[in-house]
Amino acid sequence: MAKVTGGITTSHVPAIGAAIDHGKTGEDYWKPLFKGFEYVKEWAKKTKPDVVILVFNDHATAFDQNFVPTFALGCADEYQPADEGWGPRQVPVVKGHPELAAHIAQSVIQDDFDLTVVNKMDVDHGLTVPMSLVFDQSEDWPCQVVPLAVNVILYPPPSGKRCFNLGKALRNAIDSYPEDLNVQVWGTGGMSHQLQGPRAGFINSEFDNDFLDKFVDDPEALADMPHIKYLREAGAEGIELVMWMVMRGAMDKEVDLKHRFYHVPASNTAVGHLVMENKVDKQA
Amino acid sequence: MSDSKRQAREYDDIPGTTVFDADMARKGYHVNQFAMSLMKAENRERFLADEEAYLDEWPVTAEQRQSIMDRDFNRLISLGGNIYYIAKIFSTDRQSFQYAAAEMTGLTQDEYRAMMIGGGRSPIGNMYKEESE
Repeated sequence: MAKVTGGITTSHVPAIGAAIDHGKTGEDYWKPLFKGFEYVKEWAKKTKPDVVILVFNDHATAFDQNFVPTFALGCADEYQPADEGWGPRQVPVVKGHPELAAHIAQSVIQDDFDLTVVNKMDVDHGLTVPMSLVFDQSEDWPCQVVPLAVNVILYPPPSGKRCFNLGKALRNAIDSYPEDLNVQVWGTGGMSHQLQGPRAGFINSEFDNDFLDKFVDDPEALADMPHIKYLREAGAEGIELVMWMVMRGAMDKEVDLKHRFYHVPASNTAVGHLVMENKVDKQA
Repeated sequence: MSDSKRQAREYDDIPGTTVFDADMARKGYHVNQFAMSLMKAENRERFLADEEAYLDEWPVTAEQRQSIMDRDFNRLISLGGNIYYIAKIFSTDRQSFQYAAAEMTGLTQDEYRAMMIGGGRSPIGNMYKEESE
């Protein structure tokens, strides 16, 4: 059977991708950030996921204003890195897992989450920057990916609670997939940041660290956080953090926290990063 | 839809922030779709070669058009533009998010970068309009 063994959360700032692509990771500005991701690179080599369910948001790339799906599940064979205005990042094509994705659609939609099924979708920095952070640049990505795109651009995005419960439904789906697969769930985006208007540059490390604490130990309570609190206290774009709740819902209630990292800034953004494992899997 | 018909929202009192809700999305629809078109290299070339001619193809308002020409991002946001769409415009200019953010906050890029390295804009005094004024 397929099993959710672990997961990570990470910010997905485009400038991090640019720093990797242009060989700037050793510069003083970037060094402390990339140091915070050394652990996860080793962890990923050791844990070798077959499939990553990658929760991210499309930044007006695959979806324009004509259609804005709240939850969009990628069911394709592969996903091309998108041209976001600079030309596409020179990273490998993302290989999908259409069979697992189809199973998730069957299970999760009948579990009352009305996913939009997507068969063609270019993927932007929201998906490829986390891949680069964890796997470095390589010829081919070492695992398959099921992308789950969450709308966090057109307000209102789904609630933290909805995302948390979607994670639980996702977990049920994965647990009932017959093939032996080592599955990780990654939640991306955040932490506090605001990219627009006179308040751009807003960072709230107190909010972020409190979020990191509760995310690990008391996610049920965290899931109740209303949107206005994200907007006001984590910055207009900090509301991306609801996507982390999908990942947390897919993990066990009690987890082993393997790594925690927080850093300000990456360009305009506070970077938060967690690595966790499900406890039960170690005994199995 | 005119602004006068817009319902008051709980986020209206956040300073320096425009929440991109369905009202704003409707207002900015053509601006954002124009910006989206710049994701294709050939469109970027055409736009940069003759901005006026390129914009003639899009039914944006005169005010939106001028804001695009001026790269006045704050004004464009007030007219329904969304930052992730507007990003296609400043990316076409080979500019970064940090450049755009500095523009919108009235800082030079060096000042803005220094603010971020110093921990960013503080939440103190920046969460409610009344305390920020």
